[in-house]
Amino acid sequence: MPYIAMKNVSKEYGDQVVLERLNNRVEQGEFITIVGASGCGKTTFLKMLLGTEVPSRGQILLENQTLSPEPDENRGIVFQRYSVFPHMTVLQNVLFAKEVAQSSLLGRLFGAKRKQAMEQSLSMIEAVGLSHAQNKYPHELSGGMQQRLAIAQSLIKKPRILLLDEPFGALDPGIRKDMHKLVLKLWRQYKLTIFMITHDIKEGFYLGTRLWVFDKIRNDPHAPNAYGAAITYDLPVGACEAKVFQEIDQNLSKTNTAQKNIGEQSNG
Amino acid sequence: MPRRLINRQPSKPTRVALGILPFLMLIAIYMMASHQRLLENPSDKLLPAMSSFANSIERMAFSENQRTGTYLFWDDTVSSMQRICIAVSISAFIGLLFGVANGAIPYIRAKLSPLITAISLIPPMAILPILFIVFGLGELAKVMLIVIGIAPFLIRDMQQRTLEVPAEQIIKAQTLGANSWHIILRVIVPQVVPRLISSVRLSLGSAWLFLIAAEAIASTEGLGYRIFLVRRYLAMDIILPYVIWITFLAFVFDFVLKKTSQKLFPWFHGSLKES
Ligand SMILES: Nc1ncnc2c1ncn2[C@@H]1O[C@H](COP(=O)(O)OP(=O)(O)OP(=O)(O)O)[C@@H](O)[C@H]1O
Ligand SMILES: [Mg+2]
Repeated sequence: MPYIAMKNVSKEYGDQVVLERLNNRVEQGEFITIVGASGCGKTTFLKMLLGTEVPSRGQILLENQTLSPEPDENRGIVFQRYSVFPHMTVLQNVLFAKEVAQSSLLGRLFGAKRKQAMEQSLSMIEAVGLSHAQNKYPHELSGGMQQRLAIAQSLIKKPRILLLDEPFGALDPGIRKDMHKLVLKLWRQYKLTIFMITHDIKEGFYLGTRLWVFDKIRNDPHAPNAYGAAITYDLPVGACEAKVFQEIDQNLSKTNTAQKNIGEQSNG
Repeated sequence: MPRRLINRQPSKPTRVALGILPFLMLIAIYMMASHQRLLENPSDKLLPAMSSFANSIERMAFSENQRTGTYLFWDDTVSSMQRICIAVSISAFIGLLFGVANGAIPYIRAKLSPLITAISLIPPMAILPILFIVFGLGELAKVMLIVIGIAPFLIRDMQQRTLEVPAEQIIKAQTLGANSWHIILRVIVPQVVPRLISSVRLSLGSAWLFLIAAEAIASTEGLGYRIFLVRRYLAMDIILPYVIWITFLAFVFDFVLKKTSQKLFPWFHGSLKES
């Protein structure tokens, strides 16, 4: 039995087909990196895993159960931005999950329970390297620190799937490298199953276990919305050659230019 | 090379001096004009001399009224402040309650939002007679006028602020195991309360307007009542100090709200340009 199974999953918005007939299976503990042209439906795919969108056709199964159609504790998410609470300090942000789990009326903990939850939160904050900033508010943190906080906040819940939507896209390359190391470390330590979208295809080649490329299989220049994207490459990471890399890179830039042309035509 | 005008900041003492200057000029102009008029006609009432102000203030604020045995000025202040504080607190509470409920729960929004929009379009002064008929001429009608005047604005504003809480945060909270109540209590309310304070600050002007209107029409004490009472005798020596006092109270009210908000919500003011 696969951990996650996708069966003929399609997604349409009105008459725009975004994704079509995705069929795939993912085992527990895999780290899947997703790349693809802008607007091809990567975020849409992640939203379906998250539960904020439902497939127009087909289904996604998690351990043979249909995914619930609203976000829940099984799936953690880190968005590109805005995923920490601005009115809480670093510690309070991480503590939040513990508090709502144990106090259904107030959503706050006191006394011994709070102390215990604090200890767990502090060790998670340490794992992402934010101990020195535990009492700061998000607006006092750099972009990279905010994303680390968002990761710590999700991981304290021990989600079965962790979804990352270009979590480091806004960071500069040096910091991005550090963040990748951090994610790899946490992935091993907590035995997570991760889906991560990135727009940098090089990242996909050394992070994780599998690389997925989303792209349109068919393209009708007169009806750009008629066909959706699918997974065109599904590669084990580490085992692929430079040639494949170049091929994917070329294909993607072709789709990108095609889309740009269409955009210009409809604008002009 | 001198910097551009927009980049030049006055130092603190300069800023204070520049701020006081217009006030001093206004006072000087007043004193000259008043002096001129009184020279021509010593019993002129329109622009009383500074000495008549001092007399009136002494009489109203620092000596017992012979008839009531109390200090009229302070009585007026206390009753007006009570009315406005009670009314603004009630309005803020209603604004928060209905605004957040509307913003956070689509089923409540669908039911209440059109009604609240309609109510907010009713000119409150037009229904003042109805309020007097329904609630009598006592305190309740005056408080209700202010509440009806500002609560719909606060509700609509709070609804908007609630809707503006980024969807990412609401989704994130759900993935962390929060239910609807947790999300309202721990994610939405703490984020809209500082915004409620700013909206209350904006609505204070209207609150004073409605207070003075209600007091002018039916009351036996209050700052607005007094101004309209002595108007019959053209008593500018009382009206002007009262107006200045009301302005000062409004300023203090606003200032206290601003400082409280800065103290309680550093995360909110940390990323904001203050006015
Ligand atoms: N709620 C929506 N309603 C209508 N169309 C939508 C909606 N969300 C996304 N789309 C469309 O679906 C397509 C895929 O969007 P998606 O956000 O998944 O792209 P993406 O691959 O994440 O792109 P990027 O790399 O730029 O983030 C886009 O063409 C977009 O216009
Ligand atoms: Mg995207």
